[in-house]
Amino acid sequence: MSNSAIDVPSRGGFSFDLCRRNDMLAKKGVNLPSFRKTGTTIVGLIFQDGVILGADTRATEGPIVCDKNCEKIHYMAPNIYCCGAGTAADTEAVTDMVSSQLQLHRYHTGRESRVVTALTLLKKHLFNYQGYVQAALVLGGVDCTGPHLHTIYPHGSTDTLPFATMGSGSLAAMAMFESKYKEGLTKDEGIQLVVDAICSGIFNDLGSGSNVDVCVITKGHKEYLRNHLLPNPRTFVNAKGYSFPKKTEVLLTKITPLRERVEVVEGGDAMEE
Amino acid sequence: MTKQHPAWSPYDNNGGTCVAIAGADYCVTAADTRMSTGYSILSRDYSKIIKLADKCVMASSGFQADVKALQKLLAARHLIYQHQHNKQMSCPAMGQLLSNTLYYKRFFPYYSFNVLGGLDNEGKGCVYTYDAVGSYERVGYSSQGSGSTLIMPFLDNQLKSPSPLLLPAQDAVTPLSEAEAVDLVKTCFASATERDIYTASFFLFPPSLPLCDGIFGDKLEIVVLNKDGIHREYMELRKD
Repeated sequence: MSNSAIDVPSRGGFSFDLCRRNDMLAKKGVNLPSFRKTGTTIVGLIFQDGVILGADTRATEGPIVCDKNCEKIHYMAPNIYCCGAGTAADTEAVTDMVSSQLQLHRYHTGRESRVVTALTLLKKHLFNYQGYVQAALVLGGVDCTGPHLHTIYPHGSTDTLPFATMGSGSLAAMAMFESKYKEGLTKDEGIQLVVDAICSGIFNDLGSGSNVDVCVITKGHKEYLRNHLLPNPRTFVNAKGYSFPKKTEVLLTKITPLRERVEVVEGGDAMEE
Repeated sequence: MTKQHPAWSPYDNNGGTCVAIAGADYCVTAADTRMSTGYSILSRDYSKIIKLADKCVMASSGFQADVKALQKLLAARHLIYQHQHNKQMSCPAMGQLLSNTLYYKRFFPYYSFNVLGGLDNEGKGCVYTYDAVGSYERVGYSSQGSGSTLIMPFLDNQLKSPSPLLLPAQDAVTPLSEAEAVDLVKTCFASATERDIYTASFFLFPPSLPLCDGIFGDKLEIVVLNKDGIHREYMELRKD
């Protein structure tokens, strides 16, 4: 009997062979481990010369902050960046995958990548996985057809907008945009509005916090302002400091070597060429 | 039959962290002032510490509606006690009353996690720590609430107390001075709130920043009880 269907090596993509086992375990009460989420505020807007993206820098695992200064504005192409919210592994993997495809596409065509290309590749991937790839994205860039800003939902639907927010702090950030955004903002006004929107998320949404990252993309130029604003520094440090003196005392040291299971014989058969 | 899921829960968790440290002649009780639900902040200026008697304060995290009901009940019981005995309830007595009150609702508990701080009949600092259904113990220091898992190991390391099983019984109070204990509490909150989203960490805000300095609250409230009476102090808190 042929069992070739099992023996064929996988050709990329995800492996689902443990799903049935996991379902069975879940029914017996063994649940999956938790994921690192970027409970997040990410925003973007179009200003007179291009696009500005912004993000906070907190990553959480349940109620615990697991990274106080993570990067949520991902590189897609020299003229395109993408903010990610959702499961950190998914946003990182999906942006890396698409940026690599864009690079290959540029080698092939010898032209600058377009934002719509990135958008299509991202939404195709996310739609394929029916929302299980938990990435909510704000994609922005400037190409030969001008500045573009899009939002992409985990299920693969997309919007094209002059200003956009995503993540758990999206409502707080959108409140700032809705009250202050207008067409034809200058670069400084645009950055200030993005900072205000991210700060609104940082201070009013518990999933967002720490610092503000900003990325300004204009025709043929970009400015990645990592930690543009640090509104939450640690200020209380006990002047005397603390010592942690109590060590576990070593009472006895005894090394028991493992019994050798395999004997290595020198000068065995020579390896075939 | 399919499993029934409750569509509505009578409980919520409003987060927050409480710490109490007992010394030879003082007791420091502290809590942050943030009240939250899910990813939202309900209040940045909500006191979790209540004075129950002249020498007894309670700090409570968990579900603040239950905490309010519990505080109201304890206040009423304390008033009756004063009428009957013509004196304030002592901290150990209040500790037992709190335990009884919590256990009375064993099968529909108050969802509150309390620490009781005060001075005992000899004027020594005392801390009582509880679970939601009234199990309690007199200790030298304790922490309850969302940040307790981060704070408790640090306190254990700095203030390791003798086993309660030792004979003759050892004093559980910490050897620190009052000022040192207050600084220790400040460090606890500064550290725990860096990593716990439900605790607002404390620090003085740089006034030059936009938006941030307009936000009022998110403080650390510290209540110190000693022979001179009760004293409250506040530290400005981190707001993210």
